[in-house]
Amino acid sequence: MTSFDLLIAGVGGQGIILASNVIGEACLIEGRQVKAAETHGMAQRGGSVECHVRIDGRYGPLIPPGQAGLLMAFELIEALRYRHYLGPGGRLVANKLVLVPTSVYMQELEPPTEEKILGQLADLGPCVIDADRKAVEAGSPLTQNMVMVGAASLFLPLEPESLEEAIRRSVPPKTIDMNLRAFQLGREAAGGCR
Amino acid sequence: MTKRYLLGNEAIAHAALEASADFASGYPGTPSSEVIDILRAQEERPLYVEWSVNEKVAFENALAVAWCGLRSLVTMKHVGMNVAADPLMTSAYTGVNGGFVILCADDPFAHSSQDEQDTRCYARFAHLPCLDPATVQEAHDMVIDAFALSEELGLPVIFRPTTRVCHSRSDVDTGPASTTEHRKGEFPRDPKRFVLIPGHARPLHKALNEKQPKVVKTLAGRHYNRFVKGGPRGVISGGIAVTYVEELLPREVSLGRIGAYPVDREALRAFIAGHREVLVVEEGEPVIEELVRQEARGVPVSGKLDGSVPREGELSTAAVASILAAKGLLPQPAGPPPAPAQNVPVRPPIMCAGCMHRPTFHAMKKVWRDAVYPSDIGCYTLGLQLGVVDTTICMGSAPSLASGIYHAGEKRDVVATIGDSTFLHSGIPGLLNAVYNGAEMTLVILDNRTTGMTGHQPNPVSGMTAMGEVKAPVSLEAICRACGVSFVETVSPYDLPSTIEVMKAAKAQKGVKVVIAKQPCVITARRAGVRRTTYTVDRDACTVCGTCVRFGCPAIEMVDERASINELCSGCGVCAQICPSGAIGPQAKEGKA
Repeated sequence: MTSFDLLIAGVGGQGIILASNVIGEACLIEGRQVKAAETHGMAQRGGSVECHVRIDGRYGPLIPPGQAGLLMAFELIEALRYRHYLGPGGRLVANKLVLVPTSVYMQELEPPTEEKILGQLADLGPCVIDADRKAVEAGSPLTQNMVMVGAASLFLPLEPESLEEAIRRSVPPKTIDMNLRAFQLGREAAGGCR
Repeated sequence: MTKRYLLGNEAIAHAALEASADFASGYPGTPSSEVIDILRAQEERPLYVEWSVNEKVAFENALAVAWCGLRSLVTMKHVGMNVAADPLMTSAYTGVNGGFVILCADDPFAHSSQDEQDTRCYARFAHLPCLDPATVQEAHDMVIDAFALSEELGLPVIFRPTTRVCHSRSDVDTGPASTTEHRKGEFPRDPKRFVLIPGHARPLHKALNEKQPKVVKTLAGRHYNRFVKGGPRGVISGGIAVTYVEELLPREVSLGRIGAYPVDREALRAFIAGHREVLVVEEGEPVIEELVRQEARGVPVSGKLDGSVPREGELSTAAVASILAAKGLLPQPAGPPPAPAQNVPVRPPIMCAGCMHRPTFHAMKKVWRDAVYPSDIGCYTLGLQLGVVDTTICMGSAPSLASGIYHAGEKRDVVATIGDSTFLHSGIPGLLNAVYNGAEMTLVILDNRTTGMTGHQPNPVSGMTAMGEVKAPVSLEAICRACGVSFVETVSPYDLPSTIEVMKAAKAQKGVKVVIAKQPCVITARRAGVRRTTYTVDRDACTVCGTCVRFGCPAIEMVDERASINELCSGCGVCAQICPSGAIGPQAKEGKA
């Protein structure tokens, strides 16, 4: 069996590792193998961060470029940086957010705009949602990662119930309801993309 | 048996609990740090856990515990092994009574390191067995076995995971953690074994060499090295590279996988002998390849030494695919590999909003416009982006590099930086040496009260041990004075004018001066509940001079052609001190505006 490869990209501090953990836990719930790789250490300090998740993965954790079935981008510049990982027919679920790297301001470069980046991603037919707004709606901006998991759930070979159970197991008990709400809002927001 | 979804380092820590480890020590270093952190976070902790001040100290502590008959684990990253190498070499002579596992995590591609090293070379050098896991599951299983192996052989066992094992996740079968109570050890006095005078060392060296055939035989019985014949051509691989090869290799190609060293040469020779040619695919040094070449007996061998496999960096499924295709073991791909998009702005890691290092570096640049800046290893190495980091080679090197540069006759002032944990790790001897031998330099200790970059492990200035016991923090001022420094001043870098004044005073003095820039790490402060009033820009007063933006704080950005402060602001207030037009001030409190 070949794996379904998912790349999650974003900026250190956006809760990407937790999103990856929820998906891995959902694989466990379904009794499936999973391999994942994540970024730790210095790169986490506001740098570009990537998580590889290989659902039904039996071998190494790293996805070859051109093979991912889904790219979950928590930020649009990062969507651009990692788009070459997508394989033929691969889908992009992206958060409608541009975080301009501080170095762009320090070097007085032209900051990239949302319109321009979306133009460069248009050929992928991306599913773009406002995860930050949905997260606030769910109860806290910190739940944007579960909004993204909800949106991605439409394109993942996993049952939504498994992902919901994985959320229950992975987030602090007091925040379970809020995170499940975020998951549902993300799922609804991406509903039109399918 | 329970199936869990675990990080490699979590699986390793859990394995140590399953194996009834009695003691674990280490010094933080990516990618090894989480092992001790996870052990100390256990609610029920049947073992003693220690963050030691450096890897040599951690190693010696753990070795002594294993002499006393208990099971002991020491953790470090590959460069930490250089620091611990002195006791490592001799520990092979003394051997151990209880199981002693030396976890040394290698970092191919230097994701978070100053170099790439291969700990398998240390194992060969020290004549110690080495286990090299390919997967998270294997890492877990090997750690449990490593304790048993160590006891069977009476030798320390090196366990060498790499970044992509430590920091990958997988479904893992785990057993129950041991509930054995913390055991007591006893030192087995035996001067002929533990007092390494030349007369004792010589027979111990001979005994170690004579033990090697038993080591090979014992490891062969563990089946970490497996050879499966498939056809006239073969690939031999080791460590995580095995998984990349397995994903791709056609059935009609033989596969040999190496997970334990020293390798049984006879088994290796027998495997090679049936083949027309053999390719060796491994990360790091050509350790397997050199063995294969020695045992090839005319069978053509390719690998790193003939350029078939890259000498540096890490491998991946994609990289191995192109190696196999070039060797004709896979069909050539139809087109070029997918290329990354061009002109995407880089996003390097950056010091946090409110990080104390940034104003410290800012003050240094104000006071010393043209100086030489030796620095060290920590988050502050990111000061490279601000032009105040001229050297980074190894832990604790800044004070001694600074004195060396002074003694070389350098005319510019020498202003070194080092973090609190790095100073305690191995910076103190360099400072003492600089003072005693008459260097002229300033050392700025960036004291954020923690070991920041690796995940906020406590150190002796943090006031807490790895076991969670509150302790009196050691005084960096007292240490510096004891080293003979007469100018020792402590200042908060959030108070920029005072920091600049203290640095000016240091600059005016002769000899070795120490400025301690002290302010808790902004991340640990936030976790401890510290909340400061955040800052805002008065758009009408902003003259768009760019001073605050060039300061490089991620909380400051340009919005509609004016500086603006975003929600990352932690309220350090330094930008308000550097704005020349007074346009930045604290947010008005709600209801008081």
